[in-house]
Amino acid sequence: MTTTTPEGGHEDGATRRDFLYIATGAMSVVGAGLFVWPLVDQMNPSADVLALASTELDLSAIEEGQAVTVMWRGKPVFVRHRTAEEIATAKTDDSAALPDIALDSDRVQKAEWLILIGVCTHLGCVPLGQKSTEVKGEYGGWFCPCHGSHYDTSGRIRKGPAPKNLGVPPYVFLDDSHIRIG
Amino acid sequence: MSNPGVTTQVMQWVETRLPIFSFINHSVGTEYPTPRNLNYWWSLGSIAGVALVLQIVTGIVLAMHYVPHADMAFDSVEHIMRDVNYGWMLRYMHANGASLFFVAVYIHMFRGLYFGSYKAPRELLWWFGILIFLAMMATAFMGYVLPWGQMSFWGATVITNMFTAIPVVGEAVTTWLWGGYSVAGPTLQRFFSLHYLLPFVIFALMFLHLWALHTSKSNNPLGIDVKSEKDTLPFHPYFTTKDLVGFGVFFVILAYWVFFNPNYMGHPDNYIPANPLVTPPHIVPEWYFLPFYAILRAVPDKLGGVVLMLGAILILFVIPWLDTSRVRSATFRPVYKGFFWIFVVNGLVLGWIGANPPEGAYIIIGRIATAYYFAHFILVMPIVGWFEKPKPLPDSIAAAVLGDDSAKEAN
Ligand code: HEM
Ligand code: FES
Repeated sequence: MTTTTPEGGHEDGATRRDFLYIATGAMSVVGAGLFVWPLVDQMNPSADVLALASTELDLSAIEEGQAVTVMWRGKPVFVRHRTAEEIATAKTDDSAALPDIALDSDRVQKAEWLILIGVCTHLGCVPLGQKSTEVKGEYGGWFCPCHGSHYDTSGRIRKGPAPKNLGVPPYVFLDDSHIRIG
Repeated sequence: MSNPGVTTQVMQWVETRLPIFSFINHSVGTEYPTPRNLNYWWSLGSIAGVALVLQIVTGIVLAMHYVPHADMAFDSVEHIMRDVNYGWMLRYMHANGASLFFVAVYIHMFRGLYFGSYKAPRELLWWFGILIFLAMMATAFMGYVLPWGQMSFWGATVITNMFTAIPVVGEAVTTWLWGGYSVAGPTLQRFFSLHYLLPFVIFALMFLHLWALHTSKSNNPLGIDVKSEKDTLPFHPYFTTKDLVGFGVFFVILAYWVFFNPNYMGHPDNYIPANPLVTPPHIVPEWYFLPFYAILRAVPDKLGGVVLMLGAILILFVIPWLDTSRVRSATFRPVYKGFFWIFVVNGLVLGWIGANPPEGAYIIIGRIATAYYFAHFILVMPIVGWFEKPKPLPDSIAAAVLGDDSAKEAN
């Protein structure tokens, strides 16, 4: 008997071959992981999509009571020139039962300009209420026809399946009548 | 090697190197024993297979003309409809073929529910069926996005937004799925890639489904096990011809839709190019998703709705254990039989609710029907199986079908 332990093993049972198996296996797992990440990450927004980040708008043409919709990052942004009445309701409703509590004053920079991301926080439809001919819902703001969410004159969710208020995009007033969104 | 069917020398030569002929013969030939009492409800499986092949064939040729780009997709589909030779026919076959594929699979699934085909020893067979159903839903959803009309765009928006309901990582997952901050060009392109891939995944799943079937063998309308050869007939020629009749019916129905009513199951809004600023007043998915859409909307809570909708499908995985009856076929289950038909009607009610706006009475009915959907599995299946007294089962398939005497003679 010349080759009793072909692995050249030791008495404790662990052989050089066991070590090589484990080391090879571990390296393969690391290698596979390194390869999978690019496959996953390629689906995230690409550099050119990330670059399309800001939109400027002239507010002087928007009369009181009117609203316009602009595109920002592929989404509609609602810009509403609120009436005194709308501002007053929004303020009184600060103390109403709100599903997603927020003060109107925290949602605007200037009370007459309400600027919101026009995407329903339920499943992403564009709520109605921008045009004077459209329904504005039970709270005078917006109504999402997809599954029936009602938003108030501060864009806060009041009724329906949407969990959150309409989002406020980052924006700055460049001067009294110009804003930059993003 | 004595294999019936391997007749010529060439076949013999191939057979000794790759036993393909005996494989076919044991799968769908004279060597595959099949319960002799299978009725036409058992034709829907092979019809679904034909529908899958039809989708793949028409899809591959559509892909020769379709352009998966946000600026060109809509026009390329119109180009298929107007300019490509027979393009209109191929597209109508693909769009209506998808609907009929779902009709076949839904009937196939209800067949399984009625005759207890999900019970031991066919649990894995049932599971592969559900996986195929899930993959089909994903495929059809992504296919519907490709023409890039208003329904394509907004359907995609509503469905992908469901992922935002996932706690903590929801937004990141959704952005990742979109490849941007909304459904847009990158979304369309990846959906095209996956829409091309998934049917082949379905094909592989179907292979596993059939492998499991050929291991446990077909159930039958009586739901009792095959006991002797007398209970069976060779698959070929008896069931090959029977299946061919089913294919004929399938193609006649397909021809009706393609040539006489091609847009009935679609939505006119999808002939308006996608517009990210305007949501159509009434978004509805394709008919085959309506019952699940109704369940989604039954709960006034975003995460709750999504969880319930997923649960409605996932619960199918556990019914082999929820059903406590030892008898498979509802034919011998007087109480369960009634509940089965109530469940079918309830499914239709859910579909009807899904097609209507979520207001007034529709909301109430939708909630009741959703609750009943789950109650059928969670309450009816275990409880009825436990107290119901089944009717006596026949001694064997042959005894029931051929009469007792001839069965005895044969033994
Ligand atoms: C499980 C099988 C399949 C199902 C259920 C399915 C379903 C669908 C649906 C519902 C549409 C939208 C039809 C419309 O309204 O225009 C569609 C479009 C499309 N599918 Fe498929 N499909 C399948 C397999 C395939 C395969 C294998 C390909 C090959 C690449 C393919 C390529 C296409 C193309 C290019 C379109 C866009 C053209 C059009 O809209 O007609 N499909 N598919
Ligand atoms: S997307 Fe607005 S209510 Fe569902």
